[in-house]
Amino acid sequence: MTAEAPRGADAPPELIQLLTPEGERVEHPDYDIELTAEEVRSLYRDLVLVRRIDLEAVALQRQGELGLWASLLGQEAAQIGSGRALTDADMAFPTYREHAVAWCRDVDPVKLLGMFRGVNHGGWDPYEHNFHLYTIVIGSQTLHGVGYAMGAQRDGAESATIVYFGDGATSQGDVNESFIWASVFNAPVVFFCQNNQWAISEPLEKQTRIPLYKRASGFGFPGIRVDGNDVFACLAVTRKALADARNGLGPTLIEAFTYRMGAHTTSDDPTRYRVAGELEAWKLKDPIERVKAYLFKNQLADQEFFEKVDAEADALGKDVRRRCLELPDPGPEAMFDHVYSGPHAMVDKEREQYLAYLASFENGTETGTGR
Amino acid sequence: MTTLTLAKAVNEGLRRAMEEDSKVLVMGEDVGKLGGVFRVTDGLQKEFGEDRVIDTPLAESGIIGTAIGLALRGYRPVCEIQFDGFVFPAADQIITQLAKMPLRSLGAIKLPVVVRIPCGGGIGAVEHHSESPEAYFTHTAGLRVMACSNPADAYTMIQDAVRCDDPIIFFEPKRRYWDKAEVDLAAPGLPLDRARTVRQGSDVTLLAYGPMVKTCLSAAAAAEEEGRNVEVIDLRSLNPLDLDVLVESVTRTGRCVVVHEAPVFSGFGAELAARITEHCFYNLEAPVLRVGGFSTPYPPSRLEDHYLPDLDRVLDAVDRVFAY
Repeated sequence: MTAEAPRGADAPPELIQLLTPEGERVEHPDYDIELTAEEVRSLYRDLVLVRRIDLEAVALQRQGELGLWASLLGQEAAQIGSGRALTDADMAFPTYREHAVAWCRDVDPVKLLGMFRGVNHGGWDPYEHNFHLYTIVIGSQTLHGVGYAMGAQRDGAESATIVYFGDGATSQGDVNESFIWASVFNAPVVFFCQNNQWAISEPLEKQTRIPLYKRASGFGFPGIRVDGNDVFACLAVTRKALADARNGLGPTLIEAFTYRMGAHTTSDDPTRYRVAGELEAWKLKDPIERVKAYLFKNQLADQEFFEKVDAEADALGKDVRRRCLELPDPGPEAMFDHVYSGPHAMVDKEREQYLAYLASFENGTETGTGR
Repeated sequence: MTTLTLAKAVNEGLRRAMEEDSKVLVMGEDVGKLGGVFRVTDGLQKEFGEDRVIDTPLAESGIIGTAIGLALRGYRPVCEIQFDGFVFPAADQIITQLAKMPLRSLGAIKLPVVVRIPCGGGIGAVEHHSESPEAYFTHTAGLRVMACSNPADAYTMIQDAVRCDDPIIFFEPKRRYWDKAEVDLAAPGLPLDRARTVRQGSDVTLLAYGPMVKTCLSAAAAAEEEGRNVEVIDLRSLNPLDLDVLVESVTRTGRCVVVHEAPVFSGFGAELAARITEHCFYNLEAPVLRVGGFSTPYPPSRLEDHYLPDLDRVLDAVDRVFAY
């Protein structure tokens, strides 16, 4: 330990990596993964398509069609790798940035856009996709995921739960409580922390003095740091953690070490708090370029394949844009729907009164009240 | 008929609910072997096992957050918050998640979670053990808020709350836990969202819930000796509010006093007073008066008798409402 190292620091963190930024395959004794050419091409396609959806969403926000968008740029591998590790019976609890995990769970991207456009607060059926709704309050969903996993445990189900959160969330009480619950009840849950180095403007050192994955040992379960820009490693590590959870071995914390290449959201301006050089350094570790390089070097894909994926991405972007713009605004009565599961005297009355009030403008009688 | 304390009535109600549906869980701090600090969950873990009666780590947000997750998986958790003043670490999960998630899902998700909270003062406790936080929750759309006042209601209301598909904040008046009454274990209760007229009268209507119902009944009995015929309504449900019963009563009596332990300012009584005034304006002989806690934090227990509305303060308000 050097004199400068914080107290309690020990060996430098190990980073699980199976594919270098240059596209070289690396072997790891604990995380061996065999991927067919078809599987690698499929992962590449996913990475490109979700980046294209994200790009389109940012553009839609800039054009005033979305109120906000939280870009996943740079985090595609962490999300596709972990998302593709899930079985149909597994359950995922996202934050509001897991657009690529949503893609893996067959959630229509337009449903994600609808939420950021403001037509509803969510709007997909979590049970249809085994993909929970986006949670905006930081870290809240970690407890929901652990509770869900405890339910699966009681059901004797062959199902693991994965919970997503970021580096900032690790400071939240709920995240720490979820670690405790998962540990004490040996819940079949995988904590997938995408450490993208920034919580809006606050760098990692504002949240922690030790590598995040090391937090796990204090709670009594394993923690692993994986190259979050390496889709192979994210897939392999998550697959193993999910299998461990299903096999009764309890929780695992995975810290996917990555970088938020864009702003926190479209409302943010990262030029106020971080230097361009940092971004340039991380560009060299791009999650897509390394898979492309691997496919090229190993002659697993030709130029025609890459052009086809690009064309598909463009078509997808256009389709998503068109369907986003076609999303109808909900009628005012929608505000009153689903607040309760059944009749509720006050909500029902207010709906009736407000619709009568609106109707009074239509027919000129103005007999309703605006309450 | 069986004689039960209010605590035992909730206990029996929970037992029935757990027998009826294997998805019903009880979770909270010390709810297992100890049976809860008020013994409301006494014997349940022995009967239903540790997987269904769960002693949780000591963290309220964790209790509610994991209960939400269990409900997402099809369970019906009944969470115990040990004391009213300890619900606030869970306030975020209750307000931002429990109350809003069903709407967020456009109805795909139902969260049948009951949050039981022993509430109110009068037991000589230290700070944070005597509070009445109902208005924080009645103000949150998506929650139903209930308050039981007697053993018979406690027995049926807790069962109906567990059967309800909406999240429910369920207040239990802790100083009435040891009150005994005859309970017919086979009789169905009044529907969950209905108020009950617990004493009929023609001169003035007292609106109360939870621990103050008994106080109001005592005040009504005392007022009768002075020749005043006092009606007492036990709200039972604070959200939704059974407004029709209240309006019918005050339209008849022309006078209304609202009584609760929580501070009067911005208390639930303000909502009641506003609604009664709006709906009964032409029948009111006097403004709606409120009796409740002061605009101070709950006092040390040696002073709580001054803070808590009692028979005399209720009668004083009744006198004032006749003075107009």
